[in-house]
Amino acid sequence: MSTLGLIRMGDNTLVLGQRVSEWCGHAPALEEDIALANTALDLIGQTQLWLGLAAEREGEGEGRTADTLAYHRDAWDFRNVLLVEQPNRDFGVTMMRQFLFDAWHLEALKALAAHEDAEVSAIAQKSVKEVTYHRERSSDTVIALGDGTEESHARMQAALDRLWPYVGEMFSTDDDDLTDMAALRPTFDAYLETVLTEATLVRPDSDFAHMGGKTGARHTEHLGHMLATMQVLPRSYPDATW
Amino acid sequence: MYAQMIKSEATQDDPEKLAAFQARIDAGDKIEPKDWMPAGYRKTLIRQIGQHAHSEIVGQLPEGNWITRAPTLERKAILLAKVQDEAGHGLYLYCAAETLGVSRDELTEMLLDGRMKYSSIFSYPTLTWADMGAVGWLVDGAAIMNQVPLQRTSYGPYARSMVRICKEESFHQRQGFDIMMKMANGTDAQKRMAQDALNRFWYPSLMMFGPSDKESVHSEQSMRWKIKMNSNDELRQKFVDQTVPQAEYLGLTVPDKTLAWNEEKGGYDFAEPDWSEFFDVLKGNGPCSVERIEARQKAWDDGAWVREARMAHAAKKQAAKVAAE
Repeated sequence: MSTLGLIRMGDNTLVLGQRVSEWCGHAPALEEDIALANTALDLIGQTQLWLGLAAEREGEGEGRTADTLAYHRDAWDFRNVLLVEQPNRDFGVTMMRQFLFDAWHLEALKALAAHEDAEVSAIAQKSVKEVTYHRERSSDTVIALGDGTEESHARMQAALDRLWPYVGEMFSTDDDDLTDMAALRPTFDAYLETVLTEATLVRPDSDFAHMGGKTGARHTEHLGHMLATMQVLPRSYPDATW
Repeated sequence: MYAQMIKSEATQDDPEKLAAFQARIDAGDKIEPKDWMPAGYRKTLIRQIGQHAHSEIVGQLPEGNWITRAPTLERKAILLAKVQDEAGHGLYLYCAAETLGVSRDELTEMLLDGRMKYSSIFSYPTLTWADMGAVGWLVDGAAIMNQVPLQRTSYGPYARSMVRICKEESFHQRQGFDIMMKMANGTDAQKRMAQDALNRFWYPSLMMFGPSDKESVHSEQSMRWKIKMNSNDELRQKFVDQTVPQAEYLGLTVPDKTLAWNEEKGGYDFAEPDWSEFFDVLKGNGPCSVERIEARQKAWDDGAWVREARMAHAAKKQAAKVAAE
């Protein structure tokens, strides 16, 4: 099995976890603050598992750990989808990004829960429990804010339009993926339709998709800034342990 | 986190009712939301619990400042969990305050327009990773010292929220000390960060107990009502006595040349913090006072459309439910 597939899963959760954690102390209400921190916490926990397994499978020759993978790689070695490195912008964009990711993530994890590799299956089974809750919460939020007021409706539609070109990449697939991601699309589409209808939002009429995150060919400009912040201590003090 | 500068209220309630109320307090009864209470008791509690809640929320900011730069995945997860706990503490405390007849939104507005305060300590900046250690070790340490006795405070909802908060705070203090151990035993740069953090947080931590008892003229009534359980100086002494040996264990120097063990009193003699700095901070002239309120104001303003939309959606759902019945 390719460790790249594990790194893709771990980089998605790491980059999104890092993004979501930027909200800590700044959310629109205390309940939202707590829920966002909780989501970030789950995602960082999942990162430790995916990247930990990737490091273990690379073998001792590489001498890497989940932490060295997270803190000592440059942007071009990251394999997350472009969607998760998008900036938080307003709460609407943050929650729409979360919803689109959760809707893919849950289907991917359900498929991986049945993976023949016992360790992959174990991580997926643990994550399914957490991500089921993430998807429930982000769906409820998209519905409430899509349906809420004229302003919130406009913001959520704008968020969906803005992020839509980053949806297709989640379903692009190759032999390094742990499962056939393209096969998840119909279930995703059906779920999306249900939520968007209730949220009174319109699915954009375009199949255009930005690519390059999960292959590492071309990340967005945002990732470099995020990593500069995230990695500053281990990079500045390579001899230190924390 | 905790409450400081507690002022009590003179009261003009019916003397008979007051006497009966005091008798309940003296007998160790808990006062519950629907019970009769003097207006001053209610007002003092609202101020104290509200300030405590605000301190939890504003207190998220100096630590939140390092979440995105936490140096390992584990440290990031622990810090996230800690700051999330603080938001949770804020939530219980706002709920406790609501039982006294004031809403969370009203309290928030009073924080933002300066009518209510938060703990002076959170107006100080967090400049290196060692500050995450120092905040846990010293600030949460001081908070625990203030809060443990408040588990026995006379107002039931406040006492109960304190029980839960104290459990979480002691975990926070341990993780802070763990960071300090790593830093103090680390590279030269890490040791320097650890000492610098102690230098900057020592006196602001001593200020957390409030001004000297000689200056604190409002404490007496609050002590009688069991809203305040110990004097400021008593708690400060206890904190110093507990913390100095910990600093020695870490190999760090407390930034007080006058610090000395006093055999006779069985405690340390130590220098008072600069109280003029403390009063400046309370007036809004702390190093980060403007930034802290600015950040809370921005979250409040930027979040308005979200809160309105959630209310509007809930109202529509309720209307649809009624229509269906």
